[in-house]
Amino acid sequence: MINWAWFGLRSGRVTTPWPEDPGDDGQKGVYGMPRFHPARCEAGCSDCVSACPTGAITQSPEGRTGIDYARCISCQRCTEVCPTGAFEPSAEWAFAVRDRADLIFREAGSEPTDGPKPTPRRVPRELKRSLHIRHLDAGSCNGCESELEALLNPFYNLHRLGIFFTPSPRFADLLLVTGPVTIAMREPLLRTYEAMPEPRFVMATGTCATGGGIAGGGYACHQGLQGILPVDLWLPGCPPNPAAILDALLVLLDRRPARVQCGQLETP
Amino acid sequence: MRPCTARIVSAADLLATLGELLPTRDLDPHRRLRMAYARKMRDGGLEVLYCLSQGAGHPYLMLRVRPDGNRLPSLANRFPFMGWYEREMHDLFGLDIDGHPEPYPLVLHEGAAHVHPMLQAPPDLPIQFAEAPPRVPAMIGPEIQRLPFGPVRADIAESAQFLFFYIGEGILHYHPRLFYKHRGMEQRFEGSSLPTGAILSERISGTDSVAHALAYCQACEIALGWGPPRRAVWIRVILAELERLTNHLHYFGALAKMTTLKVADAQGHWLEEQVRQINGALTGSRFLRGILCVGGLRRDLDLTSLPVALDAIEADVTLYLGKLDDTRSYLDRLIGTGRLTREIAFDQGATGPVERASGMDRDLRRDLPYSGYSDLRIEIPMQSAGDAWARACIRRDEIRVSLTLLRQCLELIEPGPIRTDQAQSDPDPEGEGLGWSEGTRGALYYAVHYDPKREIFERVKIKDPSFSNWRVFPFTVEDTNLMDYAINEASFGLSIAGADR
Repeated sequence: MINWAWFGLRSGRVTTPWPEDPGDDGQKGVYGMPRFHPARCEAGCSDCVSACPTGAITQSPEGRTGIDYARCISCQRCTEVCPTGAFEPSAEWAFAVRDRADLIFREAGSEPTDGPKPTPRRVPRELKRSLHIRHLDAGSCNGCESELEALLNPFYNLHRLGIFFTPSPRFADLLLVTGPVTIAMREPLLRTYEAMPEPRFVMATGTCATGGGIAGGGYACHQGLQGILPVDLWLPGCPPNPAAILDALLVLLDRRPARVQCGQLETP
Repeated sequence: MRPCTARIVSAADLLATLGELLPTRDLDPHRRLRMAYARKMRDGGLEVLYCLSQGAGHPYLMLRVRPDGNRLPSLANRFPFMGWYEREMHDLFGLDIDGHPEPYPLVLHEGAAHVHPMLQAPPDLPIQFAEAPPRVPAMIGPEIQRLPFGPVRADIAESAQFLFFYIGEGILHYHPRLFYKHRGMEQRFEGSSLPTGAILSERISGTDSVAHALAYCQACEIALGWGPPRRAVWIRVILAELERLTNHLHYFGALAKMTTLKVADAQGHWLEEQVRQINGALTGSRFLRGILCVGGLRRDLDLTSLPVALDAIEADVTLYLGKLDDTRSYLDRLIGTGRLTREIAFDQGATGPVERASGMDRDLRRDLPYSGYSDLRIEIPMQSAGDAWARACIRRDEIRVSLTLLRQCLELIEPGPIRTDQAQSDPDPEGEGLGWSEGTRGALYYAVHYDPKREIFERVKIKDPSFSNWRVFPFTVEDTNLMDYAINEASFGLSIAGADR
């Protein structure tokens, strides 16, 4: 007969002190969103636009290239085809924003073209160290679920931060949605949201949920949560890694600053 | 279609031809139908392709049938698992199946607007949908209770609805309603290019990214006559086995969780996390995405630190699996649970570790070797009891085999080119190809049809192993009790995204 308790104790502590204290985030070598340097763009070149499988990279009639990270699946195609290195691989995966417009690349400091920023809703103080999440899979490939499950493994150990998954929407503060929203999951999604008590928050997790990704559209899918539910936090990624999800949850709780503005990650 | 032999059969002769080809129910896992799918022809009609395996080491046979006035006879009364393929073809292509034992919607639920989406170009808006209940047998009796569970279930789970009809603890009837997550991924390939196809295939079933990309790439390569260079072939095997190792470790974490072993649950998921971090450091993706492409690899990998990383984890994995085997409460919950007989496994189309646990000795890595597997010594673990314990034993032993295969690859691999875009042999005259791989969960097929210019796809069919095993699973649930359900489900290790596509 095995004494599992003894075996567990002997294994020692494997939980990372990150992010509250310096430590390993576990994402060594993992790619994030491609970094965009518009100054390096060559006039008349549109290789990235035709290579991008999700339409995240677009070109204006004047030939100016832009990227919407809410639609980016980090497939790295643009970094492969770009002749000048205007798109460059990076480890920038912590891409959580409160305002979706911040996922669209524009010159730093400039205002979004579609009007002033909405005022984001803040999570009340009493939820800051005790947040309960209802996860809802609205048609993901299971990549996001796999990374959400990883948050509960001893390395990330999400519970130490006072964040928990709950089976019932009645006990949930946050609805964490993955997937592009399939036609059959739309009603269950809305009903789950309705069943949640106020104040309730919504997080679009993964590029399918933030902008449709590679699965959105077609006969069976919507284009993510936009226009279906009010979203308080957007986290693109395909899938966002556990550290990115953890970072995003702490951004929502105002325990970490949102560092992405104008589609650019500010370097600390 | 390369590399298959093809036979054109009329709709009227279909059943008789299959009667000749598969005359007896001999439970031979190498001689049976593999899948069926429809495609739209340029003349506006349909063609249906039935893929048959004709024995280990023999190429597949494709029966190609033009339906008679949009009708075909059902094969489901003779080959029960074909029922799902036929219902899918009805939902997506409007093919009428005569004499089907379960003529109900499958992929598009009751409540979806009556359209057949694969006959049309991708629409701007998704099809109209209003929820409606599924078709299930009437259950009449004062004691019978009905429990619909899902589609939003407890924990972090994929969406599906499970309907239980039960008396006390005993399950009378179980109906898994899948396809809530049907994304129409096969249509996503229509009109897409070779590189986009690889990126799509990695996102059909996230935890099987490599197995999908591998089957996809091989289907395209055989159609185009491209032969990927040796180094690419070895790296593909390394990635495929790393994926298997990751998924199997996840499986044991989940099984330990279901059998309420808290420490074993944590330890299993910690081992999985360590392999995910190895994957991330090696490829830039914890899911090993973004490396495979048609013709080889998108970029070369630095494998120098992999042997040391694997050595570091192997002892822990062996110790962990040994301790699970010595835990009486764990064995108690698994032995005898969810027994799948060889007859049902054969008739209902079980694949992968599920069929190997029920005595069906089949594994594509050995039987129809692809990539570098023909040059490797590969042992296929077998069990015959068909219960949850047998399924766990298969996965346990496959972890050991995967580690051995990884070592063999790392010894054999040499520097060299990693990609080709030149035909080494004649391309398929019709621009068609069939590719396969043995994923963690079983046999996986991609059939690709190019447009006449060989630039974009007209049709891509994906056969995911979970589509097969979800069909089988209910047969192990009925007449068992509710307490064992979650353990039995975990022992199957199913993916819903893969089945739903």
